[in-house]
Amino acid sequence: MTAVPDRPKRPDSSGDPATARPVLTAPELARVVDRMAHELLEKTGGGADVVLLGIPTRGASLARRLAARITAFEGVGIPIGSLDITLYRDDLRLKSPRALEPTALPPGGIDGKLVVLVDDVLFSGRTVRAALDALADLGRPRAVQLAVLVDRGHRELPIRADYVGKNIPTSLRESVHVQLTEHDGQDAVLLGSAEAGREGR
Amino acid sequence: MSWVLKDVLLYGEGDPVDVLLTDGRIAEIGNGLGAEESLEGAGLVLLPGLVDLHTHLREPGREDAETVASGTLAAALGGFTAVHAMANTDPVADTAGVVEQVWRLGQEAGHCDVAPVGAVTVGLGGEEMAELGSMADSAAHVRVFSDDGRCVSDASLMRRALEYVKAFDGVMAQHAQEPRLTVGAQMNEGVNSSKLGLGGWPAVAEEAIIARDCILAGHVGSRVHICHVSTAGSVELIRWAKEKGWDVTAEVTPHHLLLTDDLAATYDAVFKVNPPLRTQVDVDALRQALADGTIDCVATDHAPHALEDKETEWGAALPGMTGLETALSVVAQTMVETGLLTWRQVAERLSETPARIGRLDGHGRPLAVGEPANLCLVDPGARWTVDPAAMASRSRNTPFAGRTLPARVVATFLRGRATVLDGKPA
Amino acid sequence: MKRHLLSAADLSRDDALLVLDTAEELAAVAERATVKKLPTLRGRTVVNLFFEDSTRTRTSFELAAKRLSADVINFSAKGSSVSKGETLKDTALTLEAMGSDAVVIRHSWSGAPVNLARWVRGSVINAGDGTHEHPTQALLDAFTMRQRLGRLEGLRVTIVGDVLHSRVARSNVLLLHTLGAEVTLVAPPTLLPVGVEAWPAEVSYDLDAVLPKSDVVMMLRVQRERMGAAYFPSPREYSRRYGLDVRRAAALKDDTIVMHPGPMVRGMEIAPEVADGPRSTIVAQVANGVSVRMAVLYLLLGGSEPAIGASAHTGDHDRTERTDA
Repeated sequence: MTAVPDRPKRPDSSGDPATARPVLTAPELARVVDRMAHELLEKTGGGADVVLLGIPTRGASLARRLAARITAFEGVGIPIGSLDITLYRDDLRLKSPRALEPTALPPGGIDGKLVVLVDDVLFSGRTVRAALDALADLGRPRAVQLAVLVDRGHRELPIRADYVGKNIPTSLRESVHVQLTEHDGQDAVLLGSAEAGREGR
Repeated sequence: MSWVLKDVLLYGEGDPVDVLLTDGRIAEIGNGLGAEESLEGAGLVLLPGLVDLHTHLREPGREDAETVASGTLAAALGGFTAVHAMANTDPVADTAGVVEQVWRLGQEAGHCDVAPVGAVTVGLGGEEMAELGSMADSAAHVRVFSDDGRCVSDASLMRRALEYVKAFDGVMAQHAQEPRLTVGAQMNEGVNSSKLGLGGWPAVAEEAIIARDCILAGHVGSRVHICHVSTAGSVELIRWAKEKGWDVTAEVTPHHLLLTDDLAATYDAVFKVNPPLRTQVDVDALRQALADGTIDCVATDHAPHALEDKETEWGAALPGMTGLETALSVVAQTMVETGLLTWRQVAERLSETPARIGRLDGHGRPLAVGEPANLCLVDPGARWTVDPAAMASRSRNTPFAGRTLPARVVATFLRGRATVLDGKPA
Repeated sequence: MKRHLLSAADLSRDDALLVLDTAEELAAVAERATVKKLPTLRGRTVVNLFFEDSTRTRTSFELAAKRLSADVINFSAKGSSVSKGETLKDTALTLEAMGSDAVVIRHSWSGAPVNLARWVRGSVINAGDGTHEHPTQALLDAFTMRQRLGRLEGLRVTIVGDVLHSRVARSNVLLLHTLGAEVTLVAPPTLLPVGVEAWPAEVSYDLDAVLPKSDVVMMLRVQRERMGAAYFPSPREYSRRYGLDVRRAAALKDDTIVMHPGPMVRGMEIAPEVADGPRSTIVAQVANGVSVRMAVLYLLLGGSEPAIGASAHTGDHDRTERTDA
């Protein structure tokens, strides 16, 4: 009777990965995450007061991976959480309502912390804008930074990332698929052609 | 003016014949006849003009919903040459004055004859008997008495009325509804009402009154006519009363022959009617009863209502459906196309029998030379789609809107004068 | 396509679970957030059209809409043209002119929301119609059951009281059946509708026999006006046979919960000790009401297309459908 949004999928997995070409392989992706972890430690003075908040679905997984690598490198535990931004999106009127993803804050909360938002792909910047609004309703961090695995350009808002895994210049007709083992059975970043009517990232 | 109806089938039977109408009567039946006006009738069925025992014309009082003129035009378009106008007007038709007014309005409009029904009790109040004799003796010549819309529920009063009307060969037409069992009733009581949260109108509320009144009629030797029978149980009771030899007659409406209470799920009040639409089991029993004669006739219970009384919440809406312009077609669909009745039997159930029950002279007569030319010419093969806006009734509350029905009235003649030609007012 | 929530039957199992899951997230958001207001429905207008007094339900919907930043217009029958003989249709056309995106309607006549849905462009949400349905109450009840007991599938739910006149019972039976719970209705036979045998529920006249097997006991309100209409001889006898008193509550399993849609008649259908006891979810039901209604509003209005609800009632029904086929 009714179209129910697929719960585990986000529109950022659109396009047909089968026809897409890889721009990051699994080992490359792992190296990129390692580098981001190092950069993060460096820029935040060893990760003190840092909270990683991943934007579901893949951003949350990336946040977990970054935290795990930081622990592996420095032996410090970084609090992690997830932040669903669906209710703050500015494109709600353009699509069917989506099922909500979990938001989970670490026990210490975010007040006074350096919150690093983690997402898979930075594109228009609207997701980050929504995340900043959502964050403001949850508390008052000391500062907010942004970490993304892929920056594909085409910003529509004055937003830039503090940590970028890989810059991939794209055409608007292309789409970027980040695949992670937890969700897709393999690690890869694929570049394909965006399907009409679906959201490429 | 004289008319000849060429190549028509009398009662839908036999060989095509010409029927000559002069001076308000059937002058000749044969072949190769001629007259001033001629109507090509090949393939058409000629029936005696239909007679409705149960029509609400709403005048006086609710002329916004219907007038005698608009209602009788609708009747003529439906093939009727006589209708009985129910008494629940404002003022109520409970005196000789009111029934004569209605009768006269019918004469003036000239679309079909109007036989007023007299109220049984003053103001339909259910307590004090109206002056039935005065209405019988009036120019309106009332023979059918009914508080329709309300039940004469007081057993003693019903008994007295049944006895009283014997003096002038009247008949008590009962709206069978035990009032205490139908407080807050909105639709048939059953599975659908339980789900829809609408107050139930149980079959027993109809059947209990029918049983009582049949026994009363038998006891005092009078005539009782059961209006708009709607349940399978009622059919059994009437069959039993007839077997006893009591003078019991009954009518069924076209809507109860076709529609069920499933339609209430729309909460569209166009399907709200009293008695309510019942179940398919009831529909099947009613068709069978009409076919085997347990139910004597079809009556429309044409009940026009203004838009604001229908386009509202189900519970706030008034019950009733229009029916004059669709009656014959619904009977054709439910009874003729199903093989339950022939056109000859349709003539009996929709003309001859109701005319006899209402003691109407000049209607429901045989298609024979010398008889009054009250006739209805039907195209049995036509199919048409019901459009409420295209109807002559002032009201739009037909439950058949959008349905495609068989059989169309082509022409109606009232004492030799065409009231309807080519399916339109003449 | 416009969608409505007119009946609990409008919700498929997936729909219903989506509402409950969404409500759960929204409840968590409300608990976490320092700012309770979400921007989700900014610029949308929700009309509360209440033809019947119900401060609780109206406030719950109002709060739900406001937490999602919708503009709320309260249109109550009292003091408006509705009480001056304006028809429901006139009111509907007025609301259309105001440009409402959703109408939350409470009405004393069964089916009025179905009628309204034919006359307005926005979504219609049934907030209780006559003795028909109250789907958001059923959703919040299911939400509360899942919250307390962790599941709905296979749950044995006993609904006790005036089923005949209860819109809460009708919606709960439909929704709980959809969600896989087993419902038993317990009432004096006079307060069960003819036709109840076709409902997806068991029927019993014996409360004591059913209680020990119940995971949930939902007590329905017995309205004062029923007492004078011979549905039962006296409040005392009703209470003795169908009331949830302390003795009966003791027969319940340890984790059985007791629900009541409110407002309660204390001492009549439920003893104060039970209503205020640890089994009682009555306070939680009120809080959950806001989350569930936020979920319904979000899923109906949050996007270009509603994610839940029925569209079948809205178009002209198929009048060409032949019942004699």
